[in-house]
Amino acid sequence: MAFNYDKYLRINKMPTLWCWGCGDGVILKALIRAIDELGWDMNDVCVVSGIGCSGRFSSYMNCNTVHTTHGRAIAYATGIKLANPDKKVICVTGDGDGLAIGGNHTIHGCRRNIDINHIVVNNFIYGLTNSQTSPTTPQGMWTVTMKRGNVDPTFDACKLAMGAGASFVARENVREPKKLERLLKNGLSHKGYSFFDIFSNCHINLGRKNKMNSAMANLDWIEEITVAKNKFEKLSDEEKVGKFPTGILKQDDEAAEYTDLYEKVKTAQKNKTAVQF
Amino acid sequence: MARELISTGNELAAKAALDSDVEFFGGYPITPSSEIMHILSSALPARGQACIQMEDEISGICTALGAAMSGKRAMTASSGPGISLKAENLGVGYISEIPLVIVNVMRGGPSTGLPTRVAQGDLLQAKNPTHGDVKSITLIPGNLSECYTEVARAFNLADRFMQPVFVLLDETIGHMNGKAIIPTIEEIKESIVPRKIFEGDPEKYEPYNVPSDQPAVLNPMFKGYKYHYTGLHHDFTGHPTENETMCENLIERLFKKVNAHLDEVESYEQYMLDDADIMIIAYGSLSLSAKEAVNRLRDEGIKVGLFRPITLWPSPADKIKELCDKFEKVLVCELNLGQYIQEIQRVSQRLDFETIFKANGRPIAPLEIIKKIKGM
Repeated sequence: MAFNYDKYLRINKMPTLWCWGCGDGVILKALIRAIDELGWDMNDVCVVSGIGCSGRFSSYMNCNTVHTTHGRAIAYATGIKLANPDKKVICVTGDGDGLAIGGNHTIHGCRRNIDINHIVVNNFIYGLTNSQTSPTTPQGMWTVTMKRGNVDPTFDACKLAMGAGASFVARENVREPKKLERLLKNGLSHKGYSFFDIFSNCHINLGRKNKMNSAMANLDWIEEITVAKNKFEKLSDEEKVGKFPTGILKQDDEAAEYTDLYEKVKTAQKNKTAVQF
Repeated sequence: MARELISTGNELAAKAALDSDVEFFGGYPITPSSEIMHILSSALPARGQACIQMEDEISGICTALGAAMSGKRAMTASSGPGISLKAENLGVGYISEIPLVIVNVMRGGPSTGLPTRVAQGDLLQAKNPTHGDVKSITLIPGNLSECYTEVARAFNLADRFMQPVFVLLDETIGHMNGKAIIPTIEEIKESIVPRKIFEGDPEKYEPYNVPSDQPAVLNPMFKGYKYHYTGLHHDFTGHPTENETMCENLIERLFKKVNAHLDEVESYEQYMLDDADIMIIAYGSLSLSAKEAVNRLRDEGIKVGLFRPITLWPSPADKIKELCDKFEKVLVCELNLGQYIQEIQRVSQRLDFETIFKANGRPIAPLEIIKKIKGM
């Protein structure tokens, strides 16, 4: 029997506002299927999003939802999680949202290793606002603010997340929905900051001016630049240039999680002792 | 029996928050407000609640708004530069109707200004702290006791009107150490009015479908009432809309919910005005200087009185008009270059006020006021 998404979606908000063929829908479906497999009660889930096409994730999911300001979704999510440590918090941002204007909050969310699931819908461009350069726009690509080719160095969000201390870091692309679903399931069930860098297509505002004038052409390019982690590790340094490993890139189940640590602060304050690590 | 204690304004603000059952504080260090976070960082976890020092001012208010959205009584505190950084997310508080208490311990501005010195330069910022049309509720304690009572009142106003409420302290009153007489803990607990919640069928819950003069009814998260918060204009269920009528009704309701209930918000003090010939208008810590001046002038037989707004915004417009009609001689004192006088001029339709304005980080001494009055 086909999977029934109805109970997880706000059906009266369908169809989505996303462009035809957009990868965001694939991520939404994979996320729902992962939640379903984990058996989460949607009453216990809060989805927080920022600004951009990915900002619409929150309005489509049938749970407690918050559409915040540009870049600040992680900060709102931190407040919600710390105030309700036993609830599930999913934060969806774009690449500009989570890595440019909200980069500082992403760093510190990772550093605290607070139990937030941060999905970066990475389409390499500011899609909603019509093709401005994002931190992940590859060098050389046309953007409306770099019409002769983007010179900004390309950003590897997973390296940032790993360096900043997230205990679960993974990357996948929307051409692999089953892998994506498994990855999300793994990350959602991981306690700590779970960071997902999900490569998605924006054939409208990235592809159109970069010789990827259809969803499939854009997805073909995404497939070219992604390599499974095992294979990636065997590549020479030269071959690695412009490629990104996919799969679970880091998983540390022993790392202390922030709301757990904060429970120790509560105990220490009550007992007037030092925090017991 | 009221309680008597020796304390500072910042400590009293934190104490009031705790006695008002604050459940969350999110903030960032800034002079001269940091002591509020210092106290809550110990006291909140000791009660099983949370206080978090965030990576910047912006995330400080965002965590507090997030906690408030989830149903907690939440607070942040800062000073001018921090409030400027919080501006965008304050807008979320107004449009999504999130109750939040913001204490701004004012220092000299603009920019980094005079971090350790007094000013009252953030009045107009508190009136319009973010882009777009918002209806500010701003309280300004004029003595140590009010640092406690006005913060407690701010929590109740935030929950009543479902929006951010500012409490403006300043460096002088925030750091002033002295005797405060405050209500009993029982009185404060009894005065707490929690926000309204909807208890009907979750399927029929429309949090923003309320009368045109009432705030949204926003249930706590995780209780089966699933709805949407957004900073966009929204419909009755909280979902984005660009419908002309919906947008108009929303913005008008955000004003009317306060304007239709000014009696619940308004607060001011009239000190020795009944038989006075001259009226001083002053507020906040500066009103202490003004009161001292009134007392000394009265000792000399000069009949002076003081009008002191405690709720700055919305202003006690009718009372200001009435008093400005009555008193020919009015002296307006402010620790800025004339911010509240703009409101006094607007409501009184008069321009002939005597003034003492100062924005160099120093208070105005009673002697300066006395000298001015004697020359009027």
